[in-house]
Amino acid sequence: MSSFQDPFDPASDLDAGCACGAHASQAAHDAVAASSDAETLSARFVTSSLVRALFPHDETRRNFIRAVGATTAQAAIASLLPLGSLTAMAQDKAPLEKKDLKIGFIPITCATPLIMAGPLKFYQQQGLNVTLNKTAGWALIRDKMLNKEHDASHFLSPMPLAISLGLGSVEQPMNVATIQNVNGQAITLHVKHKDKRDPKQWKGMTFAVPFDYSMHNFLLRYYVAEHGLDPDKDIQIRVTPPPEMVANLRAGNIDGFLGPDPFNQRAVYDEIGFIHLLSKELWDGHPCCAFGVSGAFIKENPNTFAALYRAVLNAAAMAREAKNREFIANVIAPANYLNQPPAVLEQVLMGKYADGLGNIKTDPNRVDFDPFPWQSMAVWMLTQMKRWGYIKGDVNYRQIAEQVFLATDAKKRMADLGMKAPASAYAKFKVMGKEFDPAKPDAYLASFAIRKTG
Amino acid sequence: MRGSLGLRAGVLSALIFLFFVLIWHVGTMPVERAVNADPEYAKLVGGGKSAGLPTPLMIAQTVWTQIRDPFYDRGPNDKGIGIQLAYSMARVGFGFALAALLAVPLGFLIGMSPLIYRALNPFIQVLKPISPLAWMPLALYTIKDATISSIFVIFICSVWPMLINTAHGVASVKREWLNVARTLEVGPVRRAFRVILPAAAPVILTGMRISMGIAWLVIVAAEMLVGGTGIGYFVWNEWNNLSLTNVIFAILVIGITGMLLDLVFGWLTQLVTYRE
Repeated sequence: MSSFQDPFDPASDLDAGCACGAHASQAAHDAVAASSDAETLSARFVTSSLVRALFPHDETRRNFIRAVGATTAQAAIASLLPLGSLTAMAQDKAPLEKKDLKIGFIPITCATPLIMAGPLKFYQQQGLNVTLNKTAGWALIRDKMLNKEHDASHFLSPMPLAISLGLGSVEQPMNVATIQNVNGQAITLHVKHKDKRDPKQWKGMTFAVPFDYSMHNFLLRYYVAEHGLDPDKDIQIRVTPPPEMVANLRAGNIDGFLGPDPFNQRAVYDEIGFIHLLSKELWDGHPCCAFGVSGAFIKENPNTFAALYRAVLNAAAMAREAKNREFIANVIAPANYLNQPPAVLEQVLMGKYADGLGNIKTDPNRVDFDPFPWQSMAVWMLTQMKRWGYIKGDVNYRQIAEQVFLATDAKKRMADLGMKAPASAYAKFKVMGKEFDPAKPDAYLASFAIRKTG
Repeated sequence: MRGSLGLRAGVLSALIFLFFVLIWHVGTMPVERAVNADPEYAKLVGGGKSAGLPTPLMIAQTVWTQIRDPFYDRGPNDKGIGIQLAYSMARVGFGFALAALLAVPLGFLIGMSPLIYRALNPFIQVLKPISPLAWMPLALYTIKDATISSIFVIFICSVWPMLINTAHGVASVKREWLNVARTLEVGPVRRAFRVILPAAAPVILTGMRISMGIAWLVIVAAEMLVGGTGIGYFVWNEWNNLSLTNVIFAILVIGITGMLLDLVFGWLTQLVTYRE
């Protein structure tokens, strides 16, 4: 308890304590005891509780106060005090349109922020009562969003693009509010292929990916094509729900998969497979899963959507911190969420892992949770959809990317919470050493020798 | 003599069971594995704990922990076996009841009228052999609700045996009985309820028994597809975790429940059978 401290001092830490438990240090305790009378203390206590309610993360509060200055913040908050409303500080002060929400998820570590937000009460903090529904596969995730059985959902980031375009789905406007995770996937091969480390030897092998419209599918295709194999002719790619990948690998139905964690690590844990490479080695910082809602939901429930946004961004901020990862692994391990041994999740989230070949590797960036929905990455996904014939005809890359990936909303929400958001949603990046310029998608597409169309 | 036959059969069953458990125990005895030299690495790969089939003892332990607390509820995705079973039974019950409501009157009609029988026969013959799960994508698309879709799938799989058996039972009521009814100038409604229904009841109930058997087979697969709750979801969730012990436990529960349902219908059939 340190609620008697000045909550507007960016250097103060509301969570530390002293002898009486109310101050950051013993010195602060003595100073307050000497100078303050009971009345100012009680006023400060009220404000402290208020500020703490507004900014559950100390980090966020400090950033906010540093950004706007203590006086502005003080004035802003003081003006609200007479209203007695604690939540009014947030820009969306109107009441929530819908409080009971259903959110679908697939039990994989990609969805860590939106899953942990349940047990760690991030949704509750925003006044939302969220039920997290474990769902059996990506096709069902799509159907339950189209049916409005789920209000919001864990998606593969290309899925909202595909649904908005009516690819493999009824056409319905679907949005990516935030990216859930970057990196965090891997190519896992059966142990019997220990010696086939060169993709040129993979001709005729069968691989699983979670869904047609997935980064996994696009990255696997990209990878084998860079090594001279045509993914449509030289290997077989099969869609398999992530949880069933390890069972299929054990049964020998597939030779390997580019799938989400924890299943890569689970294959190692059960001594069935080994990690050939992490998806990070193909494209460091690639997006994978997303947190999405339908266009209709945003229109009908703008305040609920904003609250949901804040909850997920707060969770992502917590998940990014390396020091929280062990705790998070244990929060999401039980049967209600991922249903996996914590030892597997710890290896995935903390980055110290067994590779299945007898080596222990360390890579703290094996998975990260950067929430910003880069529109340039949406453009990349569209180029790959066109490359492999999922989209036919001309594509207005920029328009679709901007419609589906809500970068402007993300910037606004992140600024509300005092998080740093990038200025532009179009960044260049490299995939397997080759630079992608979002301004020239067609030239990029034409530069590939192996492609189906375009 | 009869009693001793039953006794001997019981002893034989017990022996077969013990023999099976013995084979199982021997077959799943932990083998000495080459221990990985690096203890730190071994810790990261689970030490082979999860490899291989579970032993009978592990199954017994799982059964005990699950049975001891069958109604726990730790959130929407983790409920006790009793709750899961209740969800599955409710879905089967709804789907089955709907099917009975449609199939029995329609079967009556088909059985009594050769014209309607001939007219509907092609449709029945085409629809009957379709795997009920093939309806699932269509159901999800049109009904737009996962739970109702699974009930629909149960409905569609249990409607055919009931329909066909009812029609057959009604059509094969003894001529003499109908003739006696005609001689006594019994009205058509009274004839249907007092003569045909009692005569056809055992065949109708046999149809229901077959339907229930199929419905119980299908619900597990349907719930594995749509997830959420139910015994099928339980199997799927434990499969994710590659927990074979729990999967085997679920298989046992599914088998025993199916047997009990079958016994109930067998008993009902006996109840309505008229012995000449």
